[in-house]
Amino acid sequence: MWLRATGLKLSPQGRVAEMRQFYGTTLSSRLMLGTAQYPSPAILSDAFWRSDASVATVSVRREAGRGGEGQDFWDLIAALGVKVLPNTAGCHSVREAVTTAHMARELFDTTWIKLEVIGHSDTLQPDPFGLVEAARILCDDGFEVFPYTTEDLVLADRLLEAGCQVLMPWGAPIGTGLGLNNIYGLRSLRAHFPDVAMVIDAGLGLPSHAAMAMELGYDAVLLNTAVSKAGDPAQMAKAFACAVEAGFLAHQADPMPARDMAAPSTPVIGKAFLE
Amino acid sequence: MKILVNAETKDVSAHVLSDILVELGYGDVKIATALNEAFVAKMARTQTNVVAGDRLEIVTPRQGG
Repeated sequence: MWLRATGLKLSPQGRVAEMRQFYGTTLSSRLMLGTAQYPSPAILSDAFWRSDASVATVSVRREAGRGGEGQDFWDLIAALGVKVLPNTAGCHSVREAVTTAHMARELFDTTWIKLEVIGHSDTLQPDPFGLVEAARILCDDGFEVFPYTTEDLVLADRLLEAGCQVLMPWGAPIGTGLGLNNIYGLRSLRAHFPDVAMVIDAGLGLPSHAAMAMELGYDAVLLNTAVSKAGDPAQMAKAFACAVEAGFLAHQADPMPARDMAAPSTPVIGKAFLE
Repeated sequence: MKILVNAETKDVSAHVLSDILVELGYGDVKIATALNEAFVAKMARTQTNVVAGDRLEIVTPRQGG
């Protein structure tokens, strides 16, 4: 088997083939890509093809032009042939998020929903109380919820109790490009819930951030602005695809432990002039 | 009667949601609806009465992150 983005061949152990399922669905890549803020529809399409992304996040918004723009966008996404993950972006209340989720389910004909219940306008961090309440309502109603959350362990536990089978902790606030702000917290979250599918969502700015997320053992990354706002979105999409696979391979390869003191890699024994 | 459609005041003559959508030009458009912040499924639009002052949301697929 060859990795699609990099062309790397797997080792005989083939551990990279162990893609975790997301609500029973096995994805073809570990990169999920947003569809907002691209310079043009053509560049959006090109970025998706280069990224090899398996999932496209989308939204629902008020119709102003009697269907034209929405239908054009939907045709574009349908042509990509990827799984669609609608979001509840911008919702600040449980009721708003639940209603938006229902509208998205009907529009996109999917039970998947990226649940956002925003709690703070500046940081766009989730409202943990509203998030859990909305997640419970939607899970009970047959939705397959991908909650946009933080690295908080207790919140993660409550979301799982509510019925979520996937968690999507942030790396950093949405759109900041700061990368992984709390490595300890993300490592702890991964360690506490080793059997839960987890996606780092939001805050990634560089491919190295995505590689680091995968090196921590996360199952996938979701990003948008880092690609759509790059000078060359298609090339950046390809760079993220390579980084995601590199990070995943590194995690599977069991990295060496870090240490404080130097240790020579070249053998000391046999060195000339050594007394 | 006057209702709010996506936060804009509209004057409509129909009183059933499905008829109002046709009147507004959304008859065969891919949309989803909510009335007074409650989701109204496509199948339920023909049985949903709308009264003056109601708030109708009409949404379509859009870009998202």
